[in-house]
Amino acid sequence: MATTLTPVLTDRWDASRSWTLDAYRKAGGYSALRTALAMDPADVLAAVKDSGLRGRGGAGFPTGMKWGFLPPPDGGPRYLVVNADESEPGTCKDIPLMMADPHLLIEGAIITSYAIGCHHAFIYLRGEVVHVYRRLLAAVAEAREAGLLGPDVAGSGYDLEITVHAGAGAYICGEETALLDSLEGRRGQPRLKPPFPAVAGLYGRPTVVNNVETIASVPSVVANGADWFRSMGTERSSGFGIFSLSGHVTRPGQYEAPLGITLRELLDMAGGIREGHELKFWTPGGSSTPLFTAEHLDVPLDYESVGAAGSMLGTRALQIFDETTCVVRAVSRWIDFYAHESCGKCTPCREGTYWMKLIYHRLEAGEGTQEDLATLLDVCDNILGRAFCALGDGATSPVTSSLKYFRDEYEAHVTGGGCPFDPVAAARFAYTPKGLVHA
Amino acid sequence: MTARTYEPYEGAKLERLEADAAAILARYPEHPRSGLLPLLHLVQSEDGFVSPDGIAFCARVLGLTTAEVSAVATFYTQFKRKPNGTYTVGVCTNTLCAIMGGDAIFDELAEHLGIGHDETTPDGAITLERIECNAACDYAPVMMVNWEFFDEQTPDSARDVVDRLRAGDTGLAAGRDSSVDTPTQPPSGGTADTKTRRKPSEEA
Repeated sequence: MATTLTPVLTDRWDASRSWTLDAYRKAGGYSALRTALAMDPADVLAAVKDSGLRGRGGAGFPTGMKWGFLPPPDGGPRYLVVNADESEPGTCKDIPLMMADPHLLIEGAIITSYAIGCHHAFIYLRGEVVHVYRRLLAAVAEAREAGLLGPDVAGSGYDLEITVHAGAGAYICGEETALLDSLEGRRGQPRLKPPFPAVAGLYGRPTVVNNVETIASVPSVVANGADWFRSMGTERSSGFGIFSLSGHVTRPGQYEAPLGITLRELLDMAGGIREGHELKFWTPGGSSTPLFTAEHLDVPLDYESVGAAGSMLGTRALQIFDETTCVVRAVSRWIDFYAHESCGKCTPCREGTYWMKLIYHRLEAGEGTQEDLATLLDVCDNILGRAFCALGDGATSPVTSSLKYFRDEYEAHVTGGGCPFDPVAAARFAYTPKGLVHA
Repeated sequence: MTARTYEPYEGAKLERLEADAAAILARYPEHPRSGLLPLLHLVQSEDGFVSPDGIAFCARVLGLTTAEVSAVATFYTQFKRKPNGTYTVGVCTNTLCAIMGGDAIFDELAEHLGIGHDETTPDGAITLERIECNAACDYAPVMMVNWEFFDEQTPDSARDVVDRLRAGDTGLAAGRDSSVDTPTQPPSGGTADTKTRRKPSEEA
């Protein structure tokens, strides 16, 4: 049987004024909160653990286990920090979720805070999305007005405040410890681990950091139970997730489906690759996950299968490129991004991304050499596993995977004196190139 | 000059900033330094960039040195060290948008306006920037005007937007003081409500 969509997180996106408390409540919103508040916090945690929910921010760490790592209460504060710094190239799921259904995230944050014994939660939102910031502020204010936040959450005697915090443009702040430093008013550079945030996180206190989609999945787990959640997805990658399709696809957008769906199935739903073209390469989980090609159309998009096929499920950001796309140009631009966003703390990432950027610009200008291709792999070898955090590792993914699948194309840039592709063919409109240099 | 004695703002502006700063700090009980990024957004919304006055104000409010505040401000791309134009036009030229046409849009605007990345038109109206992925990839290529998103742009549509902005068509996007909040601003749904976006979950 063909896999079908499973709208849970995206179920209310088409409702009239879906972002309001009224609309959310009419659709059954905040009933999971009442269920949770009637439970022992430990039972809420157990339900999430039993569901098998894994982190939707990219790493896929089991959510209940992460919560369980908090040390026993010592009377001091414990924090929930929601990672809403969605910045991984290709990832565009949390922003529309918070825009269309902010109360789902707030309900998830309240239930999670209750489960872990937190009384002040934070939502760290990337600073560029001012419209989402306003929407979250309005939703938090609405929830407080309705008694769902504040000193007596829904009449339970439990107290919670949620602060929405805007970042200021730094990809690295999606890394959880860099995010915590940023939230403390510092440069957003990652911290040495251990200690992990569960032990010493925000303000040195026990902290859970979870992605928006993870926290937004919690109310449905509480409402419908772990077995319901496990009825979707695979044994080790249970449940549903939002798959973000972008690029050369007929109907790009957010497709919420069980984990384990394939790109072939998703493309069927999305009307296929744009007319008259064929799939060349794609990212299964953002630019930091090794590229896949048409030979991976039937890889089940769950954590295990994607890993076994040589990549990572990441954030399910499926950036799709057809045969008109130059892979060197694509990777070159991603490397510009990593070089720009490297925080500078560790040498392998700071210097490695810088030198790779120079090499890619040479290749695109027709000034690259065969030796440059060897140097790229050597630089990647010196970053991967030696960088301070995952940003550096991620920067090597598109480089090594594209060289693995498309080495001929790199060599054509060397022997042919530059890029053999016509950028106009890849664009979604016709235009006359101006011949400006992109550096 | 030290951060403790130099008072950068005065009069009604100072009063307004003091009130806004107090509202920010109230969100971070016992940890005022967490208010630094919001404070930097606040002073940028007043001055159009993170000015030396703004740095001094943040330092005084938090009891930090101006060097400590500058160290943080310079880390983040959104904090500007010089005044931008009235409208900051950002074209996403990260891979997905670039290939879908973002490069062509940037080139069109650069030629049309006669400026490059991080440069401002002589009339002070438009600053052009290349920007990184802004999580709207399914609407590529995207462009932002003072962080208002414009979906599925073309060179023609983008040129039309900047022409209308220069002609004073303020209905297109908010002025620069909309850059993130001043906390006294009433939370609103935001202008993005007016946009009609597809619902992909329905299409399949």
